This record gives sequence, C-alpha cells and structure tokens, in this order.
Amino acid sequence: MLAVNFLLLAAVLFCIGVFGVIARRNAVMVLMSIELVLNAVNLNLIAFALMNSRNPLPGAGVDGQVFALFVIGIAAAEVGVGLAMVLLIYRNRRSISLDELSELKG
Amino acid sequence: MSLAILAADGVNVAQNVGFGIIAALMIFGALCVVSTSNVVHAALWLVIVLAGVAAQYVLAAAEFVAVSQVMVYIGAVMVLFLFGIMLTRAQIGAEEGLNNKGWQVGIPVAVVLFGLLAYVVLDAYGDDTLAEAPLTGANNEATVDIADRVLFQYLAPFFGMTFVLLAAAIGAIVLARKD
Repeated sequence: MLAVNFLLLAAVLFCIGVFGVIARRNAVMVLMSIELVLNAVNLNLIAFALMNSRNPLPGAGVDGQVFALFVIGIAAAEVGVGLAMVLLIYRNRRSISLDELSELKG
Repeated sequence: MSLAILAADGVNVAQNVGFGIIAALMIFGALCVVSTSNVVHAALWLVIVLAGVAAQYVLAAAEFVAVSQVMVYIGAVMVLFLFGIMLTRAQIGAEEGLNNKGWQVGIPVAVVLFGLLAYVVLDAYGDDTLAEAPLTGANNEATVDIADRVLFQYLAPFFGMTFVLLAAAIGAIVLARKD
C-alpha cells in the first residue's frame, strides 16, 4: 500500500476541517471541524508508524501509535473544556454565534 | 498513481479497495459535516467520519488505537457533542445562520491549502510504500509494545497527559457549574 494514500486522505480531511473552522458561525460546529483536523493528524501518525515498522529496532513501529494515543487524550480534554466554555457563553448571552463575540475588537 | 504502479509494487489489492471505499465514505461524511444546515445531522455525519478513521486504523494494523478511537470519540466525545447541542437549544430541523457572512472565503483557503499539502506529500513520499501490516499473534505483540513504550520511554509525557486531563475535567466542571 502506498503511503500517499493515507497522507492524501489526511490532507483532504484536514482541509475540510479548516474550511469548517473558517465557514461556520455556530461554536459547536467549529469544535466538530476541529475534531476533523485532529483526526487527520492522527491518520498521518498511524501511516508513519506503519512506514517505520520496517525499522529493525524493537518496537519502532508503535511510536506513531503512542503519539496518536496522546493526541486522542488531549483532544478529549480539549472538547470537554471547549464545550464547557460554549455552555458558559450560551448562558451569558443566549447565543453561541462566534461573530457576536467581538468585545476585544478595537 | 496508476494501476500499473500498484500492481508493480505487489500491493495488496483488497486492502486498497477497502481503503478507497472507506476513504470515499469519510470524505463525503466530512463534506456533509461542514455543509449541512442541521446541527444534529452534522454530529451524526461526524460519527461516520470517526468510524471511518477507526476502520483505516485497523487497515494500518493499529488495532489498539482503533479501539481507543471508537471508545473515546464515538463513545465519549460524541455524547459530549450531543449534550452540547441540546444544552445550547439548537432547533430541531434545519437552522438559518450556521455559516458566517463571508463563508465563501473558506473555499479558496481550503483548496490552496490542499494543493500545497498534496504537492509536498507527493514530492516527499511519492513512491514510498507502507510496510506489510505485521500479523499479530495470540500474544498481541503490538499492544504489548505500546504498553512498554507508554510505561517506560514515554512515562513522563504520560503523567503530563494525566494531569492535563485532570485539570481539564476540573476546569470543565468549574466553568459549566451554576452557582
């Protein structure tokens, strides 16, 4: 299997996620797009782990998988804090439109 | 990449066909996530994409990561998203104003970014092949290797991640608590 299969699929997912982050106004939808981006990166890490498994060092093929597990853990934390912030914004303003949050604009 | 190259590499055809089907499903699902006008449908399309990612992990011989993906993303993160959608009172059905005013700007940005990424990827890894997925025996060596790595070389980052998770959990409770 060619490595570019995985890498190009991950690039497509990454770009769709970036488009979602730019285009969406609803904060929950932006968080979903960020999940797409994180999964694209994980796909790359797994592909590189499989590529590296030809390395004769013991366990060389699982380093990428360990990185992917770390990314999954951090992503879970990020979603938890992100949704808590969205709930807080909703409670204060009755809306989660990101373009209404412009207090810091000069 | 043509079929001739694939055949010359002695590539596993079934693996490639499976990869292609799952990849097409994932790309379609991802496009639906960023384009549907119903928030709940977007969350359900995201389940398709995340399940596809888990299937690709199985194809790439990363069974442990695939199971973690199913448990963490499809199990936990998705429930969080659905609760977030419900608690912010999304309308049932289609909804207006999910997109920014200038959302079209995202299309050229995404296309240019993809062109750049595809050029770099094809330039650097154009004809690299992935190793044949190693067969895991009854002892499940790959998972044993992951455990060895996490609990020996990567022990300090692992502890760091546990503290990040603890801080995130406490922070989420503090932020979302009504007092």
